[in-house]
Amino acid sequence: MATEKSDDSTEYLSGGDMLIRALQDSGVEYIFGYPGGSALHIYDAIFRQQKVEHILVRHEQAATHMADAYARATGKPGVVLVTSGPGATNAITGIATAHMDSIPMIVISGQVPSALIGTDAFQETDMVGISRPVVKHSFLIKHCSELPSVIRKAFHIATTGRPGPVVIDVPKDTTDPEVMAPYEFPKSVTMRSYNPAVRGNGRQIRKAVEIMLHAKRPIIYSGGGVIQGDGAEALTKVAHALKCPVTNTLMGLGGFPGHDDQFVGMLGMHGTYEANMAMHHADAILAVGARFDDRVTNNPATFCPDASIIHIDVDPASISKIIRADVPIVGQVANVLHEFNDTLQAELGKRPDALDAEANQTWWQQIADWRKAHGLDHAMKPEPGKPILPQMAVQALYKATAGNAFVTSDVGQHQMFAAQYYKFAKPRRWINSGGLGTMGFGLPAAMGVQFAHPNATVVCVTGEGSFMMNMQELSTCLQYGLPIKIVNLNNQALGMVKQWQDMQYGGRHSHSTYSDSLPDFKTLVEAFGHVGFKVQKAEDLQPALAEAFSPALKNRTVFVDIWVDPDEHVYPMAIKGGSMRDMYLTKITTSQQGDYI
Amino acid sequence: MRHIIAVLLENEAGALSRVVGLFAQRSYNIESLTVAPTEDETLSRLTLTTMGDDNVIEQIIKHLNKIVEVVKVIDLSESAHVERELLLIKVRAEGEARAEIKRTCDIFRGQIVDVSATNYTLQLSGTSDKLDAFIRAIGKTTILEAVRSGVSGISRGDKVLTA
Repeated sequence: MATEKSDDSTEYLSGGDMLIRALQDSGVEYIFGYPGGSALHIYDAIFRQQKVEHILVRHEQAATHMADAYARATGKPGVVLVTSGPGATNAITGIATAHMDSIPMIVISGQVPSALIGTDAFQETDMVGISRPVVKHSFLIKHCSELPSVIRKAFHIATTGRPGPVVIDVPKDTTDPEVMAPYEFPKSVTMRSYNPAVRGNGRQIRKAVEIMLHAKRPIIYSGGGVIQGDGAEALTKVAHALKCPVTNTLMGLGGFPGHDDQFVGMLGMHGTYEANMAMHHADAILAVGARFDDRVTNNPATFCPDASIIHIDVDPASISKIIRADVPIVGQVANVLHEFNDTLQAELGKRPDALDAEANQTWWQQIADWRKAHGLDHAMKPEPGKPILPQMAVQALYKATAGNAFVTSDVGQHQMFAAQYYKFAKPRRWINSGGLGTMGFGLPAAMGVQFAHPNATVVCVTGEGSFMMNMQELSTCLQYGLPIKIVNLNNQALGMVKQWQDMQYGGRHSHSTYSDSLPDFKTLVEAFGHVGFKVQKAEDLQPALAEAFSPALKNRTVFVDIWVDPDEHVYPMAIKGGSMRDMYLTKITTSQQGDYI
Repeated sequence: MRHIIAVLLENEAGALSRVVGLFAQRSYNIESLTVAPTEDETLSRLTLTTMGDDNVIEQIIKHLNKIVEVVKVIDLSESAHVERELLLIKVRAEGEARAEIKRTCDIFRGQIVDVSATNYTLQLSGTSDKLDAFIRAIGKTTILEAVRSGVSGISRGDKVLTA
């Protein structure tokens, strides 16, 4: 090993060894990566140590999704290692995915030697430049001696404030085994230009508590910030004290228990009727770690007209970006919620009748009426002879896993069905690409989660379109013995595209179908050495899932190909340009004036 | 409304591209941009002028602050400030126009910094409006080349922008 000790016991290491040592010192368990010319010094350093395990993927995009999902499931940053040029560009989709969902990730990319940068060398690409719009920050290494401090800084930046991916571009000469420099891993980081907010403003928090206490129709709208910011426990306390409805964004599911009586489901484009109606009619909205995405708000001009809006977020730039906040609170979500809860409890202690019980009852009655009128049916039963509805498949999955699985998803109808019908009891259990909407995310994400939690049940709910975007990773599953379960809601089409074409393009299915050319997935996964099921009849659904999750297949990668009704749509669906109360409820019906209060 | 935003940023490779990239990514407009190291050579100071309503300016400032290498941001146009822009302009100066240009230049308190048989090169500093007014005053037909530095600005009084 390329180590030298000098007299003063300072350790001298090559750049490659320093890089790996600094990852060890940062507590890294796994590197997800793929080797190539510019990264070979680093790969040699990996070979000569045991502390950090490298996972060899089949495509760099999958490495980024694995690292990303590892981070989503654990809260610890995921680490990716790729080579220069195509290795780096293949990682971009995954970096952008992590960036949009604020996921801490460190991406180390090999680069051509410093002297060749700018010469259009073989496998050269300007990684810092090409990744710039989709990273929280990036570094280009100039000399091997910078590596420990840059890696320390990169982890600090990736994991604090609003988390995000950080790229470290490493020219090959800076990892040269012949060039040594003293290794010293900094204990702490101070950066004059980077000091993210920690605590919220106490006066603003008191103001927010007053608004929520005085509201007659309050609602909590929480997002991915509550998951990533470990604020779920505090949020649950606040919600229970306020006795108000809670809705979660697609990214925020699990931030409040999905089976809790106060949970009204997801909101937004495919949110529940009661969640969207409650939002629209609320007089106070406590938005926590959510960013008023266009898939939530619909038309910002007509968004929740009666509501005072309190917005808690660690990122000041998220506040008043789309919807102006009446009470902005910048700070770490967990800290702010704890302080909010303390203030709230103190107020309730002083004024036990501070909450208007009558208004609360009226509000819940209204929500119950909405739910009764058009709420989701969580008790669908497969009927023999009838096509399997995708919603049923998700409900059967919920049953088969006792609601206790980590569920990753891809992007499209299956994602929405999973979000609507799988009730997440805990944070970090629902892992999907909400911001960027990256098809191909689900399979590698499930693998990353399984590495993080080797004994947990990990399910990828996917569709055949998304699955085929990264299915090469089935080979990685075999190599590492990953017992993930893949539930494929196979509608033989790009379902969400087709749904939009049905609704907005007169049913012209332009390039959204391919039913004659789909592979037989059972045979396909068997060829990769895994177990496959093909389910085409409603009556086979539950038995197949029961077998897939049985102890006999506990250690196997299992693929359940469920043929679902190809004509099914996801409802509710927001009516474009409307407000949150404006939804399609079926193909032919919409929410009505009479439903409003 | 036009705003002059001053930014202190780490004097590091790539820092400027993040600032410029932000404006491109988020469709904010940049009317002018100047940047140079400060007396503390680890810092660069950048002044940019941009147009936008209050919401847009608020977002621009927030997003500038989010850039890891940005140390401080202020909107100079929010309070009393001094702004200056430098103009170097090469004009045809022949016959009667030669004297007329010199007179106009004097009125605007400009200087002639280079002379040839047929041309003057003039230097002028002031607010962007003053430079615009000068260019109008000498008439476009005589202009051979013009270069403007973009706006630099500093707060009036005791207010200072430091790391």
